[in-house]
Amino acid sequence: MSEYPGYPEEFWESIEKVEATRERRLKEVFKRITPEEKEELLRKWHPDYRPEGKRPLRIGPNKGDSVPNEVADLLESHALIDPKEIDLSDIDYDVDVLIIGGGGAAASAALWAHYSGVKAENILMTTKLRLGDANTKMAQGGIQAADRPEDSPIIHFIDVIGGGHYANKPELVRILVEEAPLIIKWHEELGLMYDKDAEGNFIEIHGGGTSKKRMHAAKDYTGLEIMRVLMDEILNKEIPVLEFTPAVELLMDDRGQVAGAILYNLETKQYYVVRAKATVLATGGFGRLHIQGFPTTNHYGATMDGVVMAYRVGAHLRDMDATQYHPTGAAYPEQIVGQLVTEKVRGLGAQLVNVDGDQFIYPLEPRDVVSSAIIRECYGRNKGIITPTGMRGVWLDSPMIEIIHGEGTIKRYLAAMYRQFKRFNIDITKEPILVFPTLHYMNGGVEINTHAQALNAKGEPIPGLFACGEVTGGVHGKNRLMGNSLLDINVFGRRAGIYAAEHVKHASVGKLTLKHIIKWEELLKKEGIVTDRRAPMILPDYRGERVLSRAIEIRF
Amino acid sequence: MTVQATVEKVPKLKMVRIYIMGREYLVPEGLTILKAMEYAGYRMIRGVGCRAGFCGACSTVYRLKDDYRLYTALACQTTVQDGMYLVQLPFVPAKKPRYDIEKLKPDFSTILMHFPEVTRCVQCNTCTKVCPQEVEVMDAIQAILRGDIETAAHLTFDCIACGICSMRCPAEIVHYHVFQMVRRLYGKYIAKKSKHLEERIKEIEEGKFREEMDRLVRAGPEEWKKLYAQREIEPD
Repeated sequence: MSEYPGYPEEFWESIEKVEATRERRLKEVFKRITPEEKEELLRKWHPDYRPEGKRPLRIGPNKGDSVPNEVADLLESHALIDPKEIDLSDIDYDVDVLIIGGGGAAASAALWAHYSGVKAENILMTTKLRLGDANTKMAQGGIQAADRPEDSPIIHFIDVIGGGHYANKPELVRILVEEAPLIIKWHEELGLMYDKDAEGNFIEIHGGGTSKKRMHAAKDYTGLEIMRVLMDEILNKEIPVLEFTPAVELLMDDRGQVAGAILYNLETKQYYVVRAKATVLATGGFGRLHIQGFPTTNHYGATMDGVVMAYRVGAHLRDMDATQYHPTGAAYPEQIVGQLVTEKVRGLGAQLVNVDGDQFIYPLEPRDVVSSAIIRECYGRNKGIITPTGMRGVWLDSPMIEIIHGEGTIKRYLAAMYRQFKRFNIDITKEPILVFPTLHYMNGGVEINTHAQALNAKGEPIPGLFACGEVTGGVHGKNRLMGNSLLDINVFGRRAGIYAAEHVKHASVGKLTLKHIIKWEELLKKEGIVTDRRAPMILPDYRGERVLSRAIEIRF
Repeated sequence: MTVQATVEKVPKLKMVRIYIMGREYLVPEGLTILKAMEYAGYRMIRGVGCRAGFCGACSTVYRLKDDYRLYTALACQTTVQDGMYLVQLPFVPAKKPRYDIEKLKPDFSTILMHFPEVTRCVQCNTCTKVCPQEVEVMDAIQAILRGDIETAAHLTFDCIACGICSMRCPAEIVHYHVFQMVRRLYGKYIAKKSKHLEERIKEIEEGKFREEMDRLVRAGPEEWKKLYAQREIEPD
């Protein structure tokens, strides 16, 4: 028997089967799923359809809407701050545009607000960890833009809205696809290194759910490349950034506008008051809530803070019932369980196969479909591989890529993936990867209009509040396609910056207030919500049980 | 039957001894340094980021029992070993020159003007040896000194700016800022521009898709479903 030193011996027999069927499978195209089969597969196997995973909200603009329990827990929480302890007359930062977040959407918003005429010193970015610490950097596979002659924004639109189960806000999808080429052009001008051929044409491949090849990539570090260039520009333009300083609550004024935020210095434990004519929420999603106990691909700071804060000033949420599980999270080794194995691996030809080496789904169906099929294979048909820690997974047959595209393709285009597994003695150019779905993306979020303004339950803009990126809902409907979130953060980050800059030309701020938080506390009482939970969460707590059981607070 | 990614059988934990900033802790073997620190009771604020090897926040320096060498690693990508004696770098102080990318020339003089210290490289190769991404750091600096921006850009593409090289460099070069400039110069001035992109932007600006898009946005789910079912899938 062959040996695979990076994998436990009980996997070896199955790996041999994967190898034995590879030649046959290279010629085999698995049948695409019909709309009826898709519906049944999702209903039976997608985690969103487990009724015990959700409950109706008891409070706020979306009262009655069903959301994941972990989301409801945070939305039905007390504030972190006590308004009585905050002196709003002493303002620490007085700016035109406050941008909350440190990822790609925040950076795009900051740069475009600046390009649109707001001076750098009148902008303030604030983020809970460092500038650039966000899911953007971790996005590997690519960014969609319909720029080849055989493609068009029209086709891109149909792919997006079909992938989103026709629940997207069509006017937002239109913006997404029509402005995609502009964004790639902006990136080219900034000096981003996209994968290109010798003539300067982008190397474009398929992603799950695309009908044309339009995935632009920078190896499998696409998000990193976008983020670091935008960060470099933020520094070059000298836009002020506060690091390790999360926003903990939005501020309003006596005219009902959003007018800044209360920030918290994680190291000195003091608060800051920021007054702003426009506030842009770019705080990302909720991976670190570990919905239904799933591991996540997400950044340490992905705790849904922006949704919590926006909800308390009356923002309407949408599609929060739809959670994206990325089909291929690492299921082995234990050290990296849940971490992303980019969809680009399938884009380059790797198939998904079960313990016997047989395919069970067309590998580039939309993400919710592929995730459901993997869960069914492991738990419905019992055709998964069981790991030493009891997880189940299926094989992602990465060595096929080297056979299809030639030796060296993986090291060249999947350098991050190759490195990730080599660190644990697994060579993905020769051995398949064990995968299982992992919590990846918040499909829904704060509802916005085409000007990236946050909307209330009546569909009216909340004056002074803008939102962009994963914190928002509507662009992707019930299921986002690969390559559309790097696009989303740039397109709507840009719009948030432009329209925030437009807004501040005419805006003025009244007297600052935290009355909405006092009202929120009253509302919790009125709705009979009894809890000691506080939110936003800021960061998850992964300390060991023994430590937590003996942790006490001593003031000294 | 459960369909979620829960652990079905819990293995017995074998413990290893590590020293975090000198204090001894017993932690389960097989954890990453990051998870071991959390297990030990640290609630991380500095020294943690993406937890997946992409952000460079968790640079760690360590020694092993009976070994004189100083090792470097990303805490989220490295498994703890018995006797590991470790500390994290909370921050890397670094000068980042401001520049306007529109006004630069893609050549050695630009690098020299902004980062004159690159000429102090003594080719000790420490930078390359400590890089957790296995970037050929010294080769890239040498390529820059030869004026070969393109080679340097490609050699440094996988840099995640953890800063470990810069903390150990006897010439005090801040490699990751140098490399960022090099890659942008390559991307902007040396790599060829895409022609299709220009054409598509022109078509959009001229309104080629406007009417059809107006109709499509208003069409509604039934029509979208039909169009989705009729899609022609481009072959691989």
